[in-house]
Amino acid sequence: MLRLESLTKRYLTGDLALADVSFEIPAGQVVGLIGPSGAGKSTLIRCVNRLVEPTSGRIWLGDLELTRLGRRGLRRARRRMGMIFQEYALVERLTVMENLLSGRLGYVSFWSSLIRRFPPADIENAFRLLDRVGLTEQADKRADALSGGQRQRVGIARALAQEPEILLVDEPTASLDPKTSRQIMRLLREVCAERGLAAVVNIHDVVLAREFMMRIVGLRAGAIVYDGGPDGLTPAVLTEIYGEEDWTASSDLSDTGPSARPVVPGADELVGAL
Amino acid sequence: MSGPAVLPDPASEGARRYPRHWRRPPLISDGRLRWAIYAGVLLYLVVGIGAVEVNWGRLSEGWERGLRFLGGFVEPDFISRWDDIRAGLIESLTMTLTATVVGVLISIPVGIGAARNIAPSPVYLACRALIALSRSLQEIIVAILFVAMVGFGPLAGFLTLAFATIGFLAKLLAEDIEDIDAAQVEAIRATGAGWWQVLDYGIRSQVTPRLIGLSLYRLDINFRESAVIGIVGAGGVGATLNTALDRYEYDSAAAILILIIAIVLVTEYVSGWVRARVQ
Repeated sequence: MLRLESLTKRYLTGDLALADVSFEIPAGQVVGLIGPSGAGKSTLIRCVNRLVEPTSGRIWLGDLELTRLGRRGLRRARRRMGMIFQEYALVERLTVMENLLSGRLGYVSFWSSLIRRFPPADIENAFRLLDRVGLTEQADKRADALSGGQRQRVGIARALAQEPEILLVDEPTASLDPKTSRQIMRLLREVCAERGLAAVVNIHDVVLAREFMMRIVGLRAGAIVYDGGPDGLTPAVLTEIYGEEDWTASSDLSDTGPSARPVVPGADELVGAL
Repeated sequence: MSGPAVLPDPASEGARRYPRHWRRPPLISDGRLRWAIYAGVLLYLVVGIGAVEVNWGRLSEGWERGLRFLGGFVEPDFISRWDDIRAGLIESLTMTLTATVVGVLISIPVGIGAARNIAPSPVYLACRALIALSRSLQEIIVAILFVAMVGFGPLAGFLTLAFATIGFLAKLLAEDIEDIDAAQVEAIRATGAGWWQVLDYGIRSQVTPRLIGLSLYRLDINFRESAVIGIVGAGGVGATLNTALDRYEYDSAAAILILIIAIVLVTEYVSGWVRARVQ
């Protein structure tokens, strides 16, 4: 589905953000990208849709080599990749519905988007997505009137409105409280399962990564230092990724009591089934 | 690799002594330089004031005339020159409104072109040059140029105000575009939107309220300016005011000034109300 081959990014400032990163993600796999701040997680997913231009290396989405596309081809390819952001990145002064429909911009002409006349099928689909994320009532509210969790739901719905094949998710829970974070992660997993979507999820929180990701890729200083199942995240591996810390005493590892289990029954089975 | 961070032992804290005196560090850390600058500024002020030549005789004469002028405000005369005043005000308002609309329409593309974060470098430089030209020339000078080019009357005033509006509005719009939240723009780009769509969804939505506010603000600046540039022949109520002053009709002049103040207050109030609405 998505293949990275010796991806390297060096910024103009000389900072090496990614050094020879290669991995492959099959269809339907939800991969958590973990690592300390500055390890290159954000750069990596932005290289995939080329919001950041890679310095060298190649990226394939299916049979399409993304790194060779011209401007037009890139715009077409971006439609196939939905992106979800840390601070939601909704257009604050537009309504929820406009934000959702902005996911269709790659498909409609400039004039129809300017006068906000989207095809009926797009509108129907947008309302269906809004219902899916539980925000039907908020369609005509401005995005800045919503709470953090609601905004991230709109962010997810906007990405899904593109009918993407893969989701690129940048720290989806970094600005959310613990409970909302779990709800958002669960929603992400569910929509990926429903649509057979692959996803690359940058995530800070090791507990959430462990619980909601199928596979973990650990980055440190722009290089992959771990690639495996969530169960393989031992204290030794975490030290390898993040540097030395007393992992056993941190809540990250001891937090396996009843309170850390999924609140919604069935979420366990969902994770288990995939 | 260092081990886990060690917190200070609370028991040992009592033994250490902490300062009980603290002052904010001064802006200029070198004390001698700081005092030299203060002394220099003071000296310049004293010499500067000493260099102003005051003609006391002329001042007392002018004082009398000034009092007569102020006297006009006590009994403003709206009646005897009313037809001239009315025609002047209508001309000024027409000039103001048309010049603001045209100026704003031209400012939008220029402002977009002058925003470093979205415009390519040659466009950026061209638009910034136009803005710099418009801002460096004061309205009166521009008005004199246009009066020379198109003759006396409101057309010269209209051109002057439209030109001045571009410098003001395009610059502030460009700065507002440079300050927008880049994440929102990035999110729209990530959907595969084209350049115009990014401009519409990512940028226009963020700057529209400020653009409306600035346009209304410029509207009342333009009205005030229309009174000033009338004095150099660019039409409007300024011409009427100039005539009244030339004829020593201070009561009519006072009436004109009172009307200008009233109109500025009304536009100020209305634009404040609209700005609060569009936020």
